Amino acid sequence: MKVSLRVNGRERTVDVEPRRHLGDALREDLGLTGTHLACEQGVCGSCTVALDGRAVRSCLVLAVSCEGRDVRTVEDLAPGEGAEGLSPLQRAFSAEHALQCGFCTPGFLVLAQTALDEDPSVVDDPERLRRLLTSNLCRCTGYEPIRRAVLRAAGRDPDTGRAPDEG
Amino acid sequence: MKAPPFDLVAPASVDDAVRVLAEGADRPGGAAVLAGGQSLLLDLHHRRVRPALVVDLRRLPGLEAVEVTPAEVRIGALVRHRAFEHPALVPGALGRVLPVVAEHVAHPPVRELGTFCGSLAWAHPTAEWSLLAVALGARLHVRSPAGPRTVAADDWFTGRHRTSRGAADLLTGVSLPLPPPGAGAGFLEHRRTAASFAAAAVLVVLEVEDGAVRACRVGLAGAGERPVRARAAEAALQGAPATAATFAEAGRVAAGEDADPRPEPHGSPAHRRQVLSVLVRRALTAALADTTTEQEEAA
Repeated sequence: MKVSLRVNGRERTVDVEPRRHLGDALREDLGLTGTHLACEQGVCGSCTVALDGRAVRSCLVLAVSCEGRDVRTVEDLAPGEGAEGLSPLQRAFSAEHALQCGFCTPGFLVLAQTALDEDPSVVDDPERLRRLLTSNLCRCTGYEPIRRAVLRAAGRDPDTGRAPDEG
Repeated sequence: MKAPPFDLVAPASVDDAVRVLAEGADRPGGAAVLAGGQSLLLDLHHRRVRPALVVDLRRLPGLEAVEVTPAEVRIGALVRHRAFEHPALVPGALGRVLPVVAEHVAHPPVRELGTFCGSLAWAHPTAEWSLLAVALGARLHVRSPAGPRTVAADDWFTGRHRTSRGAADLLTGVSLPLPPPGAGAGFLEHRRTAASFAAAAVLVVLEVEDGAVRACRVGLAGAGERPVRARAAEAALQGAPATAATFAEAGRVAAGEDADPRPEPHGSPAHRRQVLSVLVRRALTAALADTTTEQEEAA
């Protein structure tokens, strides 16, 4: 079946079997291999992409269900090229060592970026931030550096969680 | 694993959906309904289901609404879990407990797409919405080639991932009765890890008058193959003083008489009964505190 959708701002058309999920179509048909597939059962969150601005598991969405919809992947985060061109969230991940093997990183980046875009105050409620980050699995970092990176990207002090002007 | 091959149709009306569902039901492997897909795609990837046809509801009009009337809340088949995170959606005790329950359903990215009615159709034995539906006495709205009909939640769930839904039945919505003004609600859940399905959960609606229990509903999940009302515990609570001792006794009655837990890899029946006993006591305590919240809001 032919499906037309907008991926990272570009109109794309893919011809997919109904059984193929969005993560497959992104990686295999569109060559966007930044979206990682691991469990393919909605548990790990590696494949998280933004669908109409909301973080979803791309392994749990059929590509044919995405007709006319807007998809943003990890490739869309960096505004420029190279290390200098990374987004504030990506730079914060680097600064806080929020990745080791890096496999889960695309999913965490999209998860955190969509949450910050929707409501930056998510970082001001430690419990809300913790619940958000339990969405995805990371087996290297123990999550703490990721939590700190999201705070840093939101302009908070990773140690205290406070904005600079709060002292 | 990848999903097995299937045909997919996305009908534009409920009538068409019911018709193609009935046609697909006769094919080998049958037809499956796709709403949010958060459990269907899981089952497809595990190849636990191999439908010949998937009927995608995404184009159906009118199924994305939550309608609140003085007596009930009607939830369409395409209403996502996420809708219930907002505290102002529904008034009263149900409105206060819905966001608490919603936070326990999967994770935020799954709540974006997964639907309330999809959860009822999947019928996981400890699913939060199934528990809520049974505890409140929800009515499920079903369409089939024979016409519309309404099924009581108690008659809907027949076992673990089993319901009374026929192969050509389409669940179009569910009505949750609103607890009366002054009632309080409490919800507690026990799970092994933050990423686990619930091992057990309890939802309570409590009405108190002059310090005594006037009416109550106690729902248990993880007490058997499907969510159940704890009728013996409710009988023990009826008319009793709303005290810690009464609530502890109700927990013991629910765990001992109402629950019939099965051995699980991570919980023997004895452990499950102990957990349920504690959850019932705590949910009753939370519901009592919630009745006070209502009085403060009214004041």
